[in-house]
Amino acid sequence: MTTTAGTMRKLTYREAVREAIREAMHKDERVFLMGEDVGRYGGCFAVSKGLLEEFGPERIRDTPLAESGFTGAGIGAALGGMRPIVEIMTGNFSLLAADQIINTAAVLLHMSGGQFNVPVVIRLATGGGRQVAAQHSRSLEGWFAHIPGIKVLAPATVNDARGMLWTALEDPDPVLIFENSNLYNMEGPLAVEAGAVDIDRARVRRDGRDITIISYGASLFKALEAAEILAKDGIEVEVVDLRTLRPLDEATFLASVARTHRALVVDEGWRSGSLAAEISARIMEGAFYDLDAPVARLCTAEVPLPYAKHLEEAALPQVAGIVALVKKMVGGHG
Amino acid sequence: MTPRKSAKTTAAPVEREHGLHLLRSMVRIRRFEDKCAELYTATKIRGFLHLYDGEEAVAVGVLEALTADDAVVATYREHGHALVRGVAAGAILAEMYGRQEGCSRGRGGSMHLFDARTRFYGGNAIVGGGLPLAVGLALADTMQQKRRVTCCFFGDGAVAEGEFHESLNLAALWRLPVLFVCENNLYAMGTALRYAQAATDLAARAASYGMAAAAVDGMDVLAVEAAAHQAAAAIRAGEGPQFLECRTYRFRAHSMYDAELYRTRAEVEQWKQRCPIASFTERLRGAGLVSDGDLEAIEAEVAREINEAVAFAEAGSLEPVEDLTRFVYSERRLP
Repeated sequence: MTTTAGTMRKLTYREAVREAIREAMHKDERVFLMGEDVGRYGGCFAVSKGLLEEFGPERIRDTPLAESGFTGAGIGAALGGMRPIVEIMTGNFSLLAADQIINTAAVLLHMSGGQFNVPVVIRLATGGGRQVAAQHSRSLEGWFAHIPGIKVLAPATVNDARGMLWTALEDPDPVLIFENSNLYNMEGPLAVEAGAVDIDRARVRRDGRDITIISYGASLFKALEAAEILAKDGIEVEVVDLRTLRPLDEATFLASVARTHRALVVDEGWRSGSLAAEISARIMEGAFYDLDAPVARLCTAEVPLPYAKHLEEAALPQVAGIVALVKKMVGGHG
Repeated sequence: MTPRKSAKTTAAPVEREHGLHLLRSMVRIRRFEDKCAELYTATKIRGFLHLYDGEEAVAVGVLEALTADDAVVATYREHGHALVRGVAAGAILAEMYGRQEGCSRGRGGSMHLFDARTRFYGGNAIVGGGLPLAVGLALADTMQQKRRVTCCFFGDGAVAEGEFHESLNLAALWRLPVLFVCENNLYAMGTALRYAQAATDLAARAASYGMAAAAVDGMDVLAVEAAAHQAAAAIRAGEGPQFLECRTYRFRAHSMYDAELYRTRAEVEQWKQRCPIASFTERLRGAGLVSDGDLEAIEAEVAREINEAVAFAEAGSLEPVEDLTRFVYSERRLP
């Protein structure tokens, strides 16, 4: 990405999310933030730091450790005319709120025959790689993407972290935003005039002719880094950032695969029953005759993420693994 | 509160017109449920069907304390609440017929009655699932300075769920205008309260969250009504959430699949002696407030309404299969 002096600025992913929340709260008085430690603590990942002082405890609302209770309360508040942003500290804890997300938010519109939509936004930190072991390292976004009735977003760039929230708040239905916690410290460029962005299309982040890597979230940057390395060997990788995991923008990745004839899916979820499996199936259904090689997947090893650094690194998709796999897929045809 | 047993009173327990209104409401529910059971046997209604016979005084008494602006969150045994709240009997029955004229377009069925016009938020078949929702509705009202009450019905089974405790704590912590109504019919499906709870005084447990809590004879419509009025008034006065345990009993099986192995016929018969409709009728009669003619008129009026509801459901149409995937996501943007 290039920056033009004067029109671009640099900020972290964390600051981008914070700015997005702040702007939404200024724009619409129905918006409020609710979750564990979002106020006085400043947010577990410091995303909401300073917002309590700016907006007060009514709108930056600390909750008890009651994920089902406060997530359900967010759903109810949305039904009651508010535009809540519910922060579930990490996606792992969303399992304690899964009843409300899946059994209530996702089905209320349908069960009521279209009478009651639920305009709630739920933000969750996701991902492994921080040596916090099995209970704090899950990537459950693909799992939620299985559920009709909710939308699932995975902003990877600072621009998406800044721009997806407002569009999600304007959406009439429940939207889950998975923010990979490894990205909060990442700095990126943002246009001074940056505003809301769409939440229904994938993006080609790098053009290439030899193979398409389909990814999202923190893995996107591993794919881009691998593409950079592979370019030195003359392999041109196209990288697609899914951005939205439900509904999937298959048109974008199918068009890319139709150009490159090879596809690799990089997904921090486990391979069995994964989002990567879904994408692979869509490619079989929609681009089979364009393929020069079987679709490949690089996912997290089928193991709860271990604490030990070397084992955790071995479990997660890594740049070196992507490079090796792409070379194997392209080898002899490049 | 002590159950009022004596029917041999000469003092009028209630003003005549209001007494007739309460009686009519309870009879509507009883006859409606009887018709549902009949239609289930005739395979017009399918799926799960949970009937409210015996518990009528709870819905009728509590809903008297609400205004049209208030909200109702109910359970899967909610036909009576929907009827009393003002959802048309025909729309409820058409829902159970799976017709698009149903109050949820046939997408919900017996357990998921919804009606935006009367702020009836379902119809929730996850035990305890409605409580956080009610907390949220009340939170929205508080944040928007709307002085409304959200009334949340649930059974004794819900008290075992984490969502019960999380919700009561949140409502008390934030002083939200929620009326929690526990319909304690002594059984969570087939498990008696005493086999499920170490402490069976449910009002006491609610009180431990720092909210006013009372237990009332749920077979006595006037007692329920009085307690609900008192609780709703406290909520409207800004005193925060209130909890009302209504001690009641379900006369029929849990659902149409239930062989009722977990309770004796003698126990059921004993509770039927306390039928909320029969006992209230006797009280009105004892006070000289109703005549046989009044009772016949109520039965005739209710029978007519139910016949019309059946005709409405029978005449209902099936939603085109092409519309199958509608109402998964909204078809309009928000303002």
